[in-house]
This record gives sequence, structure tokens and C-alpha cells, in this order.
Amino acid sequence: MSKAEIMGNIRRGLRRGEANEAQRAAVHNRLNAKANNLVPKRAQLPHAEQVALFKSMALEAAAEIIELSEHSEVPQAVADWLHVNQIKELVSASDAVLNEMDWSPLGDIQRVERVAQAGDMASLTTTFAGIAETGTLMLHSRGESPTTLNFLPDIHLAILHRSTIVGPYEDAWKMIREAFGNKLPRTINMVTGPSRSADIEQKLQMGAHGPRTLVILLIND
Amino acid sequence: MQIKSPEFKENARIALKDVGLQKALGNLKAGFPEKRAIAVQRMPEFHDMRDEARDLKNHILENLDIYLEQFESKVTENGGHVHWCRTSDDARKTILDICQQVDAKTVTKGKSMVSEEINLNEYLEENGVQPIETDLGEYILQLRNDHPSHIIAPAIHLNLEDVSEAFHEHHKKPKSDDPAVLMQEAREELRTKFVNADVGITGANFLVAETGSTIIVTNEGNGDLTQTLPKTHIVITSIEKVVPTLEDMTLFLRLLARSATGQEFTVYNTLSTGPRREGDADGPDNFHVVLVDNGRSDMVGGELHDMLRCIRCSACMNHCPVYGAVGGHAYGWVYPGPMGSVLTPQMVGIEKAGNLPNASTFCGKCEEVCPVRIPLPKLMRHWRTNEFEKHLSPKAVRWGIAGWGFFAKRPKLYRQMSNTSNWFMRTMAGKKGRINSLPLAGGWTDFRDMPAPSGKTFMQQWQKKQGDKS
Ligand code: SF4
Repeated sequence: MSKAEIMGNIRRGLRRGEANEAQRAAVHNRLNAKANNLVPKRAQLPHAEQVALFKSMALEAAAEIIELSEHSEVPQAVADWLHVNQIKELVSASDAVLNEMDWSPLGDIQRVERVAQAGDMASLTTTFAGIAETGTLMLHSRGESPTTLNFLPDIHLAILHRSTIVGPYEDAWKMIREAFGNKLPRTINMVTGPSRSADIEQKLQMGAHGPRTLVILLIND
Repeated sequence: MQIKSPEFKENARIALKDVGLQKALGNLKAGFPEKRAIAVQRMPEFHDMRDEARDLKNHILENLDIYLEQFESKVTENGGHVHWCRTSDDARKTILDICQQVDAKTVTKGKSMVSEEINLNEYLEENGVQPIETDLGEYILQLRNDHPSHIIAPAIHLNLEDVSEAFHEHHKKPKSDDPAVLMQEAREELRTKFVNADVGITGANFLVAETGSTIIVTNEGNGDLTQTLPKTHIVITSIEKVVPTLEDMTLFLRLLARSATGQEFTVYNTLSTGPRREGDADGPDNFHVVLVDNGRSDMVGGELHDMLRCIRCSACMNHCPVYGAVGGHAYGWVYPGPMGSVLTPQMVGIEKAGNLPNASTFCGKCEEVCPVRIPLPKLMRHWRTNEFEKHLSPKAVRWGIAGWGFFAKRPKLYRQMSNTSNWFMRTMAGKKGRINSLPLAGGWTDFRDMPAPSGKTFMQQWQKKQGDKS
């Protein structure tokens, strides 16, 4: 009942009845075109410069970046970081690429694959893309990568391949559509730096409810 | 929230004398405008984007029914539910109903101004469901039984001492005046609440018609925990938030962060599309979108049509001298500042909010910074006229205007009057050129000086100019 009333009101305001075929077609054309609006020049760069921009924007957003030259260096880098910070457990996504790695460098640090729980210190995930424009990581939900890993632990370690860095968001949407057609995953997360709040006297404090630390393991492959 | 807009003048008088509030408002003035200016400077295309955003919003509003239908069909296709609610009451009942269906005891909440608009928390509490605000600012306010005074910085009217006291009382921990310690306390307190909640309620900044997605934008990550951990996710939002595609959403996101906090991008921008998929390890089983109208559809095609473009960035209040002087609570309802002065009369009635459109110096700063170029001063003027026509303005105003009208229609008399008052004010001001007390204008001179007229009246100058020419 509410719906009919609301729609009726909108149409009365627009001084028309139900939209005619031509109006519907115009809207559907727009939806199907998925055209870009103005794309900032800043993000339209050769790939090498996109990578440089990604790094400087992510650092500005207070992310940490560890650069690696290949995939196989991930376990050692993760182990080193966790050792320095005296963390004994790593909650990890279960993507095949992660499972195939040799995790022996972790030593006595436990690597467990599960959803995150309150109290977890550190998580490890892969990412779908990096967006240079603002130094943003894009992740999405799927069986191997529980979304809670991106938000609940104190520290989020995220693997990003240089080749998946794009300039503007528009290019990331193209990748998403290529991968999923028009049915998006349940959630897509765009993450730019660690959690923060300025709700007390407008003074910025890091680490509100999400991770206090975001470590990007950037693989220059 | 009780409507206290009719008392705007009294509220403002109290606010101006409130030392704590004035200190807190200093934080606002020192923060947002400067950060926005820097962010705008870093994005050379910013003003062109504003034009695009304005035009796109106009296109959406022209086709609002079609886009909403498309959004609904995509949400449904993805396994979610859309609930259409014409009034606040419809929306409250719908939400309570969903909560009761899953036998909810506690509900975590991300920040949502629409939920303030419909008085959701009180209603849920009265009906045995405990709402828990999780945005740090909103959490502080809930402990203090307070309401937001700003649409994105809800606790901006409070100082550190206020927060420290509220936490000490509720958390039973030693008192601290270190913001970092206080935030850590809130983080710990809320951790178990996030995990144990039966339902998570968030707002939405935009609804994407193409995909049937809703998006929230937060810096804290509380919204994400709210919508990921409980079994049921309810999105409470309003009908004007729909946008066509992901690319269109992107245009608005670029404008929103910069206009609001001056950030390049907000930390967490999260799309939700339906409930948990087969094989997903976490995420809610139920996904509901509660689409609230509450007077918005009545604005379509009318005098306030342009206001429906608002993306709730808060730039207009951050730059408003009146908001900066009295804070958000003086406006007496959910939406403060210039956008509130336009929206509140529409939503609660001009009879109860007639004072608000007068709470403006018409300096035009709000329109200058609005990312979707809403002509806020013009819309406030619309309400002023409306109020005057309905004979709602106070006697002093009506008599004042009638008196001015009397002289304005009698040019000779008008000139004599203005010459005399010009002379009188300059005499009062003396050498410093400022008047610190003026009969009948105490409301002005109690808090600031009245500048004296600087020389001849307009008519005298005009005549001299004409004389010089000939
Ligand atoms: S009216 Fe404009 S400036 Fe004010 S909150 Fe809305 S979009 Fe922002």
C-alpha cells in the first residue's frame, strides 16, 4: 500500500502517470551503457605511475607497505612482521594460492583458517584489486575469504599484486563485471588505510572498530 | 526526538552563552572547512564534477519511480527484501516486525540519520529490543541520553570532559582524559556486543539500481561489523538515495568524502548485495532494505524539489556562520544547519519550524560549497515567504515589515527617515565605528557589535552619482 502511495506521489510530482516505454528505454539504456562520468586525470596514467600513485596514496592513508619481488616471499615477510609484533596466531583466508605456500617460516606462530572472532590479533587475506586514485584495496566476499577477516582483527595483512593495480575506480568496476557479470558478490569492500575516528573533539585517533593497522604486502611480479 | 524547533531563538540564546558548547564548536570551525578546501584544491575537476552530480541527480529525480522499481527488482533477485514505508510509523513498525520475527534481543546500529528521523531507538526500546549505537560519536550520545547535533560528527557539541565522564560512569573504569584510552574502552565494550547482536541496522549513502546494492561509508569500521556479524541485516534508507550505476555511485563518492571530512576517500566504502551466498563463510542470512519516504515524495516537482539532491555531506553546516555560532541542537530537530532549515519545515510542518529558515544570514556560503549545487538560500526564502503568507511570523516581524512597507511606498518620507537613522547610528558609534548597544536590537548587540553606516545613505550616494554624470 505504501509503495503505491509513494509511487503515485512521485508521479504526481513529475506530472505524469506511469512512465511510458520511451522513458523506460532511456533509463535502461543508461543502466546498460554503464558509462563513465568524469574520470580524474590524476588516475589516468601509465601502469608504472599508477603503482607509484597507489603507494603514495596508501601511505598517506596510514597503511604500511611491504614490497616483495615474488609470491613465495610472503610467508617469510608475514612471519617477520608477526615476530616483531609478538603475535602468536594468524587467522588466514583459505585461497588456493595461500594454501600452496610453504608456511614453515612461521615457526611456532599458528596459522588457522576460519572466520574471525573477537580477540583475534591478525588476519591474512588476498585482495581483488588496488585503486591508485586513492590508495584503496578492493576485496569481496567468497567462501575462501570470510569478510570478518577484513574488519574484526587488530591487524589486517593483505596481499596485493602489482598487476591488479588500476588507476581509477571505473577500471575496478570493469574488472568486477568481468569476474561476476551482473550479479555482484554479497559484499565488496573498499578499504583505504586503517580504521579511525575523530568523534572525540574532532581529533583523529587511529583504530576505532576496524583494524588498527593495515599492512599491504605488495608483490612486484 | 522531540521537536524543539519553535524555540530556536531561545535555544540560540542559551547556546551562545554555553561556554562548553562554544569551545566544542571551535573544533568544528578549525577543522572541516580547511580540510575541505585542501581536498578540493587537490582535485582540479572538482567543480566540473559538481555540475555532473547536479545534472545526474536531476535526471534520477525525473525518473525516480523507474529507478526505484529497478532497484527493488534487483534486491529481490539477489534474495533480499524491500519494504516501502510512507511514514515514520510505517518504518518503525516494519523494523520492529523484522526484529521480532527473528526473536531479536539486541540490535547493533551503524550511524543513520533516517533512524533518528523516525525515532527508531526509543521505539525499539519500548518494545523490548535493545538498540546499541556503535559509531563512536553515537555511542557516546547514547550513554548520555543525548542526540546528534551534526549529521556526520554527531557528538561535535561535546568536549573531552563530557566523554570522559560518561565513560567513567558507564564502563566503571578509572577516569581518563586521553582520547586514545577512551576510544580503546569503547572498542573493548562494543566488541562482544557486535558479536552477540541478533540484528544489525545500518543506513545507506547510496542505493545502486543496476545491481540492487546498498553502500555505506564509514571511517571506523563499525558499520561493517554491524552488517557482517548478525544473522539479519536491515538497511534503513530513503527513496532519494538511488543512483543508476556503480560509475554513478563513484561520482558521488568522490564528492562526498571531500565535501564532508576533506578526505580523499573514506576508509571503508562497503557495498551490500543481498544475503550470504551459498558457500560464503560469514555474512547475514537475511537482507532487508527499509525504504523510507516520510515526506520526500511530496517534494518531487515542487518548490523544494532541488533539496532531494542532497547527499548529506554536511558541508553546508560546516561553513554556516549561524550553525558555527549556535551548534546543531538549537535547530531543535534531526537535521541542523542550512539543509535542516529547508528540510525540517517540510518534515515536521512549517508551524513547528517556521523560525528555522530565518536562522540564516543569507551569506550564500552553503550554496557555494554544496557538492550538488542546491540553491539553499533560495529554498530558505521559499519557506520565509510561506511562513509570512500563512501569518506565522511573529508580530514584531510582521509589524516591522508592514512599517517598512509604509515608508517604502512614500519615498520622501523614506529618505528623511533613513537620513535621520543614518545620522543617529553614526553618532551612537562614535569614533570606533561600531555600536555595542542599540535600542530594540539587543539580540544583535549582546553578542557582537553593530557596524555603523559608513557614510552617506544609498539614496544620497545615488543622487550624487547622477549629479556627477550630468
Ligand atoms: S545541502 Fe548540499 S552541502 Fe548540505 S548536506 Fe546536502 S549535499 Fe551537503
